[in-house]
This record gives sequence, C-alpha cells and structure tokens, in this order.
Amino acid sequence: MAKKEHNVKNYIRERFFPHMWCPGCGHGIVLGSLLRAVEELELDPTNIVMTSGIGCSARISGYVNFHSLHTIHGRALAFATGVKLAKPKLKLIVPMGDGDALAIGGNHFIHAARRNIDITAIVMNNRIYGMTGGQFSPLTGCNQKATTAPYSTIDNSFDVVKLATAAGASFVARSTTYHAAESIDFIKKAINHKGFSVVEIFSQCPTHYGRKNKKGDAANMMELYKQTTVPIGSKKLEEDPSLIERGIFVDNKKAPEYCEEYAKIVKVASKGRA
Amino acid sequence: MNKNIKFVQGNEACVEGALYAGVDFFAGYPITPSTEIAELLSRELPKRRGKFIQMEDEIASMAAVIGASLTGNKVMTATSGPGFSLKQEAIGYACMAEIPCVIANVQRGGPSTGNPTHVSQGDVNQARWGTHGDHAIIALTASNHQDVFEMTVEAFNFAETYRTPVVLLLDEVIGHMREKIVIPAKGDLPVVRRLRTSLKKGVDYHPYLPREDGRLPMSDFGGEHRYNVTGLFHDMWGFPSNNPKVVRELLHHLVDKIENNVDQITRHKEYWLDDAEYVLISYGSSARSAIHLAKNRRERGNKIGVLELQSIWPFPKELVRQKCAGARAVIVVEMNMGQVLAQVKSAVDDPSSVFLANRIDGELITPTNIKTLLRVIQGKGV
Repeated sequence: MAKKEHNVKNYIRERFFPHMWCPGCGHGIVLGSLLRAVEELELDPTNIVMTSGIGCSARISGYVNFHSLHTIHGRALAFATGVKLAKPKLKLIVPMGDGDALAIGGNHFIHAARRNIDITAIVMNNRIYGMTGGQFSPLTGCNQKATTAPYSTIDNSFDVVKLATAAGASFVARSTTYHAAESIDFIKKAINHKGFSVVEIFSQCPTHYGRKNKKGDAANMMELYKQTTVPIGSKKLEEDPSLIERGIFVDNKKAPEYCEEYAKIVKVASKGRA
Repeated sequence: MNKNIKFVQGNEACVEGALYAGVDFFAGYPITPSTEIAELLSRELPKRRGKFIQMEDEIASMAAVIGASLTGNKVMTATSGPGFSLKQEAIGYACMAEIPCVIANVQRGGPSTGNPTHVSQGDVNQARWGTHGDHAIIALTASNHQDVFEMTVEAFNFAETYRTPVVLLLDEVIGHMREKIVIPAKGDLPVVRRLRTSLKKGVDYHPYLPREDGRLPMSDFGGEHRYNVTGLFHDMWGFPSNNPKVVRELLHHLVDKIENNVDQITRHKEYWLDDAEYVLISYGSSARSAIHLAKNRRERGNKIGVLELQSIWPFPKELVRQKCAGARAVIVVEMNMGQVLAQVKSAVDDPSSVFLANRIDGELITPTNIKTLLRVIQGKGV
C-alpha cells in the first residue's frame, strides 16, 4: 500500500504562524509528529480538545485547529479532567513542558495517572525552563548549568517513565525528536489508548539548555539523542548502562478508565432512570 | 404533607438551589465548613446524570469546573478560607476567558488556617480582589436558608448572563445552622440558560465579540466552532494579543460588563428604613442579629432600620447613599475589621456618621453587641 502523503496544514491555524519557538527548537518537530499522528488516525478535529498550561510547549495549543484551551501554569491536566469528565466522547491531548508537567503541575500529573482518565499527556522534555530564559527544571538533573544554577545543579531529576508508571498511567512511552517517525507511532498508540497515556519526548533547547551546557547546536543535540538512547532491552545496555531506553514501557488495556467507571456510578445512582 | 418543605443546613439549601438552577458538574476538595456541599452533590448529581469529581486539591477543582463549563455544563465548586486563596489564580483565568462558574465560599476565620469551625466574614475583600490584576466580580450572600437557595439560583443566572465567575459568600453559621426552606416549583424562579451562538458550521464565529446588548454567545467544546481560549489578553477569536488597543478594550469590557450593570445585579432587602434615624447595614448571618435588634428597638419606639445587602460586589454605592441620606448614624454590622464599612464610608455623603459594630472572635455577633454601640452613639452610655 502506498504511503499516504501528509497534509498537516488541515490541522493548523495558519494565521497564527510563524510560531514563537527559537530556531532549532525541538518543539516544532513534536508538533509535526503530533499532527501526523492525528492525520494518520483520521480523527475529526471537532472531537479533539487540546489543553495546555504555560511555557514554550504550551503554545502548541494555539497553533492547532482543534478546540484549544491555553490555561495557567501547571494545571492543564486538571482543566482537561473537567473537559473529559463533562464530555467523555472528546479526545483530550495535553502537551506539557517538563516544568509545567512535573514541577508546578506534578500533583495533577500523578493524580491524572492514578485516576487513569482517558487523556494523552505529551511531555516535551527539554530539561529547562525556556520561556523564562533558562532556569533548571525537575528534569534537568545533577551537574548541569542553568541561569539559576551558575555553579551547577544539585537537584536530582524525576524519571518520567517510572513516575508515570508508578502513579498508574496505563500507557507510557518515551522517544526523542531525532526519532520523529517513532514518536508519530507512539503518539498514535497513546491517543488510541483508553486510559491515561504519557509520551515523553526529549526535545532540544539549543538556546538555553544547550548553550549553557555546551551541547552544540540543534543538530548536535539531536545527534546526542541518537547516541545516548536505545530501544527497550537493547544489548548495548549491557555495555553501557547509562544509555536511556526508548519505546513503549506500559500498555495496559485492562485498567478501568475513569469516565467509564463514573458511568457505572450514574447507572447505580439513577437506578436505570438516567 | 408538602414534600417541598425541608428542614436543612444552609449548605444543603445551597445544594438545593444549585440543583434547581440546573448544575451539571461539581468538582471540589474537602474543607470545613463547606464540605457538606460536596458530600450532598456527590450523592445527588449522579442521580441526574450530572458529574461529581473530588479533585486532588483546590486549584485542580477550580480548573476542572472551568474545563467542564466550556463543554456547555453549568458548573460549581465549593470551598472555604485557605481553599478560596488557592483558587484565586484560576478564578482570574475564568474572569479573563469569560467562563461561567459559581464558587461557594463558606467563610471561616482567617488568615491562614485560622478558625476552621467558627464564623467570619473576612473574605469580602478577597472575593473582590483575591486574584491579581484589574477585573470585576460578582459576589452574592444570604442571611437565611430561603435566601441561600434563591441567591444560589441567582449566582448561576448571573454567571451565565455575564459570562463570569460568581462568588457565593456564605459563612459558617449560615452553612451549618438548620432552618426551614420551601423549594419553589419549577418555573417559579427564573433560570437563565446558556446563551449559545446560532451561527452555523463554516461561518466565522467570534467567541469574544460582544453583541449589542453586551452578551457573548458561547459555543460548546465538541461543537462545530473550534476556537482558542486563553488567559492572555486576546482578540475576538481568542488569539493572544499584546496590541495596546486590544489590551485596553478587553480590560474595559471585562470591568464594564459588570460595573455598568450594578443596578441589574444589586440584590437587597430593607426593614423599617423609611423614617429610620439609625440605619444598620449588614449581610449574611450578622444581618440576623441586626434585624433582631432593629425589630426589638422599633417596639420601643426607636427609629431604626436595616439595609440587608444580598449582593456585595459590584458594590451598590448609589443604593447605600440613598438609603443612608436621612440617617443620623449608619452602623455597619459585620464579622471582620470593616471590609464593607470602607465601602459604605466611600458611598455616603457624610463618612463621619458611619460606625462599625463588629465581632472577630469566631462567635456570631449578637443583638446586644450592636445595641452597646448604638447606645454609645445615641449618647446613652452602655
């Protein structure tokens, strides 16, 4: 079968371009993967609500021609929970930055995972607060430089995959902007998954994280994603345990989804009257 | 037996009012003394195919109701003291993005954890200015359970009419006291339905373009019109803008749509005001003591009356000025350090004639507390 040609323009708001991301930023690649995933799934944009918080990543919601809800810092998943529970037929996609998702929004992240509510969270992990000019985030990790860590960071980082898994997310995957085709696949599976799904995508910030930590330009940083990550269970891990695994870590189709469970409560409470 | 007569807590009267107004969605977090509102709605909403969710915190509750409102639901959350503080950023978001929602704040003593199980009216100014930046807000209150019911219905009506968050400022005494209410028959009280756009698919819909009457028809998420909602200053499509003209006009719109309608929004009651030499101004549970004292003094020939405010924000300045115009003295009765007092002083012709009868120790202000001050003002001594 011939591969379908992509026409992602149908899913963007052209009048809102050019986008506000810096040259070399990985977020445009994530947006591209997301739009291709939506197109390949042939989703009706009328049924998609994109909810986002604050930060570079959060600006995605303005660029897509879905229902879009650009909210306050860290709370996008809580807004999305309200939308989803009120109208469960809608598909909820929540792009988030590392600070947005796991610092100020950490509580909502673990609780959305615990409820297993059918929302797709895409964590665009560039290990830095970009919009405010390069402060370290909970995903920066130790021994890194940032504008608020001029002597280097002493803060440990979260592992998004382990955190999401432990909190109860029923679909958890990780990829990078270097692996854009893989990202499309993961995002498609995450959107189709019934339950809380998390896709972490490493996304380069050459302007702040890259510059402060001497990682080179955008192309160099993406090359590093290629060198430092491997598919889950790769033999290379035996030689070098510091390599980071990519792939689908959790895909639990049996976990009860929150809105479906709530529908059962309605049935009991209304004794069939509803 | 009339099934529509109930003997309930104020918090339950609030729930009955919300159900009468057609609440579809509630998100909340447990906090004294408002928790009964969440408990009762967790039982009642699923019976009506409504949605109840206990969120992970107060901020998430506020966020969830805003999200649900955008799908076309009538939404509510309830909280108290510290919880009201936590919700403020999201309340500002609802002001900016013009999203109808009702926030019941059953007031307790503050600041901080304060006096969780005792009464206060210390959140009057927070209801007005709790969130950052210039904005307008509607805040309603009630002194008895029938009024709690009616003001709750009114809160939903105002939220829809003005596309705004509405604060229902109850207090611990009202919330927990038990009293009779009569639930009106369907249709007895007006219930405002959401104004939705009549524009068909394919027609350019402007979610933030007011009609001539100032109202903005909405379109539900999941409907044909896809638009952007943001807390940034935005144009008529909802797209972010920092164009000075757009910023100025939007801020004026957000304030004017409420401040210019103070006459439509104002709710009040008055008792024996016509010839009153002494005017008591009060609201919420402290108004009960003010009315009690005034009735008692009237029987002894004192010319004393009560102006009970049921809407505090936007503040009914002109109403207060008129009602106090002939008074020798005005006594504001409230359980805080003079939050409505300051508004009254700025409204009346002679601010030096305005006095504060207050109580801030967690106990309900009594008629005797007010009488003591009245006697001093009258030159009778205590």
